[in-house]
Amino acid sequence: MENFKIDVDADGIALITFDVPGRSMNTLTSGVMKEIPEWVERIKTDDAIKGAVLTSGKASGFCAGADLGDMAGGMLAGGSLQDAYDAGWKLNGALRALETCGKPVAAAINGLALGGGLELTLACHYRVVGDDNRIQLGLPEIKVGLFPGGGGTQRLTRLIGVQAAMTAMSAGSSWRPNDARGAGVVHEVVAKGSEVDAARAWIKGGGKAVQPWDEKSFKLPGGGPYHPAGIQNFLVGNAMLRKQSYGNYPAVLNLMKAVYEGAQVPMDAALRIETRYFIKTLMTPQAQAMIRSLFLSKQELDKGAVRPANQPKSDPKKVTVIGAGMMGAGIAYVQALAGIETILIDRDQESADKGKAHVEALLKKRLSRGQITQDKFDALLGSVTATTDYDLIKGSDLVIEAVFESREIKADVTKRAEAQLAPGAVFGSNTSTLPITGLAEASVRPEDFIGIHFFSPVDKMMLVEIILGEKTGEAAIAKSLDYVMKIKKTPIVVNDGRGFYTSRCFGTYVAEGMAMLEEGYAPALIDNIGRMTGMPRGPLEMHDDVALDLSVKIAKQTAADLGDEYQPLPGSQIVQTMVEELGRYGRKNGKGFYDYDQKPKVIWPGLAELAPVRIDDSTPELVADQKQRLLYRQAVEVARCWEEGVIDDPREADVGAILAWGFAPWTGGPITMIDQTGLKEFVAQADDYAARYGDRFKVPQLLRDMAAKGETFYGNFAGKQKAAA
Amino acid sequence: MAEAYIYDAVRTPRGKGKKDGSLHEITGLSLATQVLEALRDRNDLDTSKVDDVILGCVTPVGELGADIARTAVLSADWAQTVAGVQINRFCASGLEAVNMAAAKVKSGEAEFAVGGGIEAMSRVPMGSDGGAWPVDPSRAFPTYFVPQGVSADMIATKYGFSRDDVDAYSMESHKRAAAAWADGRFSKSVIPVKNQLGLVQLDRDETIRPNTDMQALGSLNPSFAMMGEMAFDSVINQRYPEVARVNHVHTPGNSSGIVDGSAGVLIGTLEAGKALGLKPRARIVGAASIGSEPSIMLTGPEFVTKKLLARLGMTTADIDVWELNEAFAAVVLRYMQALDIPHDKMNVNGGGISMGHPLGATGAMITGIALDELERSDKSTALVTLCIGGGMGTATVIERV
Repeated sequence: MENFKIDVDADGIALITFDVPGRSMNTLTSGVMKEIPEWVERIKTDDAIKGAVLTSGKASGFCAGADLGDMAGGMLAGGSLQDAYDAGWKLNGALRALETCGKPVAAAINGLALGGGLELTLACHYRVVGDDNRIQLGLPEIKVGLFPGGGGTQRLTRLIGVQAAMTAMSAGSSWRPNDARGAGVVHEVVAKGSEVDAARAWIKGGGKAVQPWDEKSFKLPGGGPYHPAGIQNFLVGNAMLRKQSYGNYPAVLNLMKAVYEGAQVPMDAALRIETRYFIKTLMTPQAQAMIRSLFLSKQELDKGAVRPANQPKSDPKKVTVIGAGMMGAGIAYVQALAGIETILIDRDQESADKGKAHVEALLKKRLSRGQITQDKFDALLGSVTATTDYDLIKGSDLVIEAVFESREIKADVTKRAEAQLAPGAVFGSNTSTLPITGLAEASVRPEDFIGIHFFSPVDKMMLVEIILGEKTGEAAIAKSLDYVMKIKKTPIVVNDGRGFYTSRCFGTYVAEGMAMLEEGYAPALIDNIGRMTGMPRGPLEMHDDVALDLSVKIAKQTAADLGDEYQPLPGSQIVQTMVEELGRYGRKNGKGFYDYDQKPKVIWPGLAELAPVRIDDSTPELVADQKQRLLYRQAVEVARCWEEGVIDDPREADVGAILAWGFAPWTGGPITMIDQTGLKEFVAQADDYAARYGDRFKVPQLLRDMAAKGETFYGNFAGKQKAAA
Repeated sequence: MAEAYIYDAVRTPRGKGKKDGSLHEITGLSLATQVLEALRDRNDLDTSKVDDVILGCVTPVGELGADIARTAVLSADWAQTVAGVQINRFCASGLEAVNMAAAKVKSGEAEFAVGGGIEAMSRVPMGSDGGAWPVDPSRAFPTYFVPQGVSADMIATKYGFSRDDVDAYSMESHKRAAAAWADGRFSKSVIPVKNQLGLVQLDRDETIRPNTDMQALGSLNPSFAMMGEMAFDSVINQRYPEVARVNHVHTPGNSSGIVDGSAGVLIGTLEAGKALGLKPRARIVGAASIGSEPSIMLTGPEFVTKKLLARLGMTTADIDVWELNEAFAAVVLRYMQALDIPHDKMNVNGGGISMGHPLGATGAMITGIALDELERSDKSTALVTLCIGGGMGTATVIERV
């Protein structure tokens, strides 16, 4: 065995050390899965072994779960359903053999145990975990379109009951060691470093080699589906899952099916049921899409997949943020957290201090959750200097301006900051709308000028959009990406253009909602359908959040910039009337498409006069058609961005769409959606929408060409990568 | 094919379906038994001429389990040759039992058959029989399952009935039920329930509040707001996204009462009746059952009514007396709205809101009530219908002879 080491001590206790060679973290690779039955068999048959302790040989943690790259392809590689089931059963069969081997087995969890990693420990008879609040224990599979398929749905349910188990598995949440002990997921929390000793002690103290669910007297905590109390968990649980998922995620439903059906039969049958639903889930386009975009592609981007390889690695140590509003303060917070010395500049000291106070508030939250110590808190806060003094910029590796969206102000800030910058330092603009090439005209060193577009709230939004001006150099790209990676965000790199990639495509979602309003769809129908697509909010409420006056302002700016080419967006007249005649600016003044003076918000009754309702009834067919309409409109814009060269990497397009503007995650992103639909079918459907709703649904020639040649975006991209390698 | 005639219809009064209800100390079997005894004794019926007894029961477990109909036949000391079968079409079980009895008679399978129902809701709680639909995710998910009360609230919201509308309907139901009792309109068919000693335990419907008013009704809290807001509102909203937010208007005051009760309808051919010297009271003109959208669940009566009337070549104008079970006020209001039925022809003697809804028995009860009303008002034709869990509707048209 290369992934596990067995040492039997004088007491006959076998220490099984999990240590995958050549990797920083243990994962359940196909090699690991192959070896588990080997040591299980050894424990069972070797008379010298009285019991076993399973632990990790890695400092990084116990095990981070399945190797999704291996699994997504591997399990389905056989071709037949039976092959897939057999492959899926391997782990479950091995873990079942482990818990029924007849000898006590304890897990000494000396670091994070997630997904398959935690499931491995659940098949042990006893779990000890080190007392370290940084250790996460959880089953996060649902986040990539899967569910726990290594016995997790059955063992966790039997350990802590349906309600608690479903809550954790459907959210993919995790426990800290003491919470896990409280929840009943682990048995013992011990001082870090003494996990193995405690596990050994349990065995020597007569630890029982039988799982609770294999005892004759076992009863499911809280009751099963047709138990008077247990029934509620399913009744309400089913509804909660639909409320959260809108029925877009097959994994969520299959998870519940596995729990429901598994709870009614003994463990062996329950595990077979789980494996069947797991394979079914793995085969869905949603799981394939989510694994690729949300796990594999995101991981690649996080590791710098799009960084110019020929540029030397840089490590930003001091970064200045100009503009201490919500955005600037948010940026200051995330970079301070990453250990970057931060200068936070605003026009007056009061504004700068306010920005720093925001950083402090966010740090306090971490402190109160025990995520940082008081010392660390003091050090981090101390690393942020609030000032009005541009001289303090000196020595910065990077300056990011997050000032008001005005070319004049930005030009002034650029000049003043550049005066302090050493050669090779980068100037980044956090603009969300103004083309970078134009802003770079104010720069004396446009090769070092770049767009670094954060999203609000910065501490929560995972993406940073890097925008290249015409003259931006490769060194600036590399340094910007090194910065984004250091603050642990996911970068995408796009070319310049109005609204770049994310703002431009996101805008189409809101605009299409406005078109529906103009067509007479009831406001409730528009926003409910929007939410049902899997977008985080409906288009109208999203518009309220963005602010209606901003929307009018941008429309006017665009009209001035484009002249004769300008085409007003659908519904823009409605918004203009609301803003200019009725003073309805959106959520910020409590008056928009909704009235916000009561909770929950209600649709503004006056809207019916500006946009008379003609469609206030629905059928499932209408809803499906309009859901697709909202998603297609965005995907068509993404395809246009591709044709215009704004984006050229499907991973960036998909991950960017999901992380920046919440494009329905179950699709895996707009490019994956187009690929999975099939180019030909996508073009045909978009043409149909174009005939019904207008030219904004007209697909670029690129898609027609690809459809004719039977191509896909990811297919072409794989070919390109191969050619480059 | 033979015609099916109603010879008699009896029901117990409805007792409050709680531990302090008058019928709580009487077994469900006893209620069903007393109904069968009454049918026999009132008609001097040679029970050996009856082929089958069909009883609706929605929660057929515990004392109502294992084919309560056959148990009741033997308990009432009917001829042992009489078969018994328990059926479940949720709230329309009692009417479905009548329709099945009629179908057996029409097809020649039976000369006489009884269609009726029994529910002892204080003793065998609603829902205690389990059932996959709401529990098994493979069904609950794709059908947007919500509890009926949330469905009823969605009906009110979608079709525009306010809290005042449903409360006003409820107030009228109580008034009508009280007036009907005062006028002796139920005396023909209600049999007093006897206790273990043979003394009268209950001879009146127990839940009528003749003096209720809008203020009293308006002070009650919505029954389904909490579970709705927890998750179910979102579920039904995903099926009806045109509604911004479910308005929870239904309360214990404007929903049907939980009660204990039993009923039976004696049905037979003309010849069979003649042979025993019985006089037919009405003919069963036709019946139908349909399925409808399960999430909103309770709109089936509209569709089954349309289907049945069309098949019989009738229109709503041909119906003199309408009985739609008052499961929830909005169900009746929506039905009247959809079919344009005037309130003064609908549930003229009150209904489930004022007198309670013993699930499996109600259909048979309101069949008898409609027949009594036709005779009292000297009208000809009545339509009886109920909304049904799972999204169904059952309806029956009867005509005096």
